[in-house]
Amino acid sequence: MKRYLPLFGFLVLVGLFGWGIWWNSRHDMTAVPSPLINKAAPPFNLPKLYAPTEYVSKAMLLGKPYLVNVFASWCVACLEEHPVWMAHASGLGVPLIGYDYKDPPQDAKAWLAKHGNPFSVVVTDRSGRTAINFGVYGVPETYLIDSRGIIRWKHIGPVTPAVIRDKLVPLLRAVGAHPDEAD
Amino acid sequence: MRHWLFAIMMLVLISFAAHAIGPLPFRNNAERLRFQNLTSQLRCLVCQNESLASSNAKLAQDLRALVFKMMQAGKTNPQIKQYLVNRYSDYVLYDPPLKPSNYALWFGPFIFLILGGLGVLLYLRRRTSSAATAPPPGDDDW
Repeated sequence: MKRYLPLFGFLVLVGLFGWGIWWNSRHDMTAVPSPLINKAAPPFNLPKLYAPTEYVSKAMLLGKPYLVNVFASWCVACLEEHPVWMAHASGLGVPLIGYDYKDPPQDAKAWLAKHGNPFSVVVTDRSGRTAINFGVYGVPETYLIDSRGIIRWKHIGPVTPAVIRDKLVPLLRAVGAHPDEAD
Repeated sequence: MRHWLFAIMMLVLISFAAHAIGPLPFRNNAERLRFQNLTSQLRCLVCQNESLASSNAKLAQDLRALVFKMMQAGKTNPQIKQYLVNRYSDYVLYDPPLKPSNYALWFGPFIFLILGGLGVLLYLRRRTSSAATAPPPGDDDW
């Protein structure tokens, strides 16, 4: 019996490491939980990409739920999620606001011209100062803000059709929007 | 000649390092030390194994500038930390606060220590009791 003790110890370690690998493959270890969920979105007032003298503010958007997608032309993962927004943005039942993060406007315009523009409006935050209030630490990030200006959901990293179907659509219904049934 | 080349290479490297930290107009040495001390206690969100003081990520540069601005505005260290925690959660702190959601982190090691200690204690007690009942050791097992 005693001679099997090392084997037993080895199997315990295999179990622990195996569990660690399994757990890590299902969780994003770099994801930072946002303390802003179910709290009021920070006030913002940002210029439009295509009309820099016009601003979009939080106050203007109150009354209806909306999505904010933080992206940048220099962001590789944004290119990965871009086709998903191109395919699904019109069926979400809420406006999708593009939030151009730390990006020269001409670069963002060229990027959107090349890959398509799924956004109902694009605002720019070239300094990234407002993004700090949102707790943005990487792009892409996506926020769902309800009609009272409360952040209801935050997704870090590229959205996928599965994320939209399983997480976003139920939440959109919960905030009173009417996303298309068809996926 | 080679010494000169080496010296020039080192200077280039040093200038890169200096650029990574970024020049901030500190008023005095005490302020600079306070800034370095504070930013080394804060975690860079983008590359979580680096502190805000050492990271060269764009966001870390922005946050360093923000910390500097808040210091200039007369904010205390706890106020600056709270400002960042409100936006980025406790993850920004290298020293996690003692609160219910962090109890496992704080007390987990002690629980393992107690469990391990109990295991050792049981093992030792069993060994001494079996030694007491076992026949006295002879000199035949060498």
